[in-house]
Amino acid sequence: MNFTLKIWRQKDAKSKGEFKTYQVENISADTSFLEMLDILNNDLVHKGEEPVAFDHDCREGICGMCSLHINGHAHGPSQAVTTCQMYMRKFKDGSTITIEPWRSAAFPVIKDLVVNRGAYDEILQAGGYVSVRTNSVPDGNAIPIPKADADESMDAAACVGCGACAATCKNGSAMLFVAARVSSLAKLPQGRVEGARRAKAMVAKMDELGFGNCTNTGACQAQCPKQISIAHIARLNREFLAAKLQD
Amino acid sequence: MSCFLCNSSLGKKLVMSVTGCCLVLFLLFHMAMNLVALVSPEAYNMVCAFLGANWYAVVATVGLAALVVLHFVYAFILTLNNYKARGSQRYAVTVNEPGVEWASKNMLLLGVIVVLGLLLHLCHFWSKMMLVELMGQHQNALGFEPTNGAALIAFTFSKWYNVVLYLVWLAALWLHLNHGVWSMFQTVGWANDTWYPRLKCAAKIVSTLVILGFAAVIIAYFVCPCYAEAALETLGAAEACTDACCAGHAH
Repeated sequence: MNFTLKIWRQKDAKSKGEFKTYQVENISADTSFLEMLDILNNDLVHKGEEPVAFDHDCREGICGMCSLHINGHAHGPSQAVTTCQMYMRKFKDGSTITIEPWRSAAFPVIKDLVVNRGAYDEILQAGGYVSVRTNSVPDGNAIPIPKADADESMDAAACVGCGACAATCKNGSAMLFVAARVSSLAKLPQGRVEGARRAKAMVAKMDELGFGNCTNTGACQAQCPKQISIAHIARLNREFLAAKLQD
Repeated sequence: MSCFLCNSSLGKKLVMSVTGCCLVLFLLFHMAMNLVALVSPEAYNMVCAFLGANWYAVVATVGLAALVVLHFVYAFILTLNNYKARGSQRYAVTVNEPGVEWASKNMLLLGVIVVLGLLLHLCHFWSKMMLVELMGQHQNALGFEPTNGAALIAFTFSKWYNVVLYLVWLAALWLHLNHGVWSMFQTVGWANDTWYPRLKCAAKIVSTLVILGFAAVIIAYFVCPCYAEAALETLGAAEACTDACCAGHAH
């Protein structure tokens, strides 16, 4: 397969970026999107040009490191997968593919397609954890947890913190990410104890870092590679308002 | 606690949700009141007299104005925040995400249309009814009594351009409520995956009921001459009454 790639090139955080067009040829349909970029970079290195910088790590859809806004979709047009798990067979032979970095004030571009997602780490550090020693894995039935609660908690815990929600949201809101973190802990007895403090601290941090306000469009859940539901945002709203009313 | 309504994103959204909810309840009440005009113009004028410049109606009007202002000002503050949060560099390629309604992404635009319609509506009705009474006058600019709402409806909607403007206004309101009604439940946290389809369906039903109620009166008065005639009769009766009163004084 052959493709025309329109890729955002930006030297560093301070430089002004622009789209550059590249051709890739003889790409197998079973090549993953990131492998296709590796092939392009190989060509660029051979030609003595600067390779395209992009984030990646595990390449099996669980680390949340890859990003990329491809043809208008966060993580590309495939549903429920990260960029690394998308294959070139998803695209039409000979088509043009536009590749952009995440666009959000809280995620500044560092270079080419790489953005700084440190803001999500800061939100996590504000309260996305259990602050008591939980020791080793407890006996299976020591703390009975209803199956429905455990399932919901696990659904929220599937969040890999890739930033697609804030990158997709027209308001640059991080609510789906914060909600997934708050929700996954709030549904378990170990996390429940600090629920109120956590919701307040994480929302305060999110606001401080300049993320936008949720307007319930649902665009985030449509583009989330882990299909996290906005029902978790409703739970975050509930947790936060209940905590504030108790103050 | 008081300040989280001003400085926290979720607090500001709570204000939007609660004021929006009150405004939806007002719309339902206003729509129900308007339907009386379909049954009997005279009965409608009695409602108008009841809700004239009485202290409770004036207090409610001031409260309502405060709700509109709060909802509107917060909408601008939130939208400005959101615009900044999106950053100066925009995507070159965008798509319509599946399941995302157009209205949900254009609530401010729809809200501005609703407010412009509201200003026109205040000019057409409120300024010729409650305002006239508050100014201590007994006749509005059209020569009607300030409590003669039926004649005012008949006069306003005898003009086709008013009918068109009001229907456009109602269409924008329908879209705004389609998203707003279920969204206010989401914002206070009363929603989940089971309830989204139900809430969205309820939002469609409520918004459709509201605009159908309002549109029915507008179209009935525009299309059916019997309403206009009945309304004019109330005008005649009122004038006759005024004449009789004046005659009584003269004697």
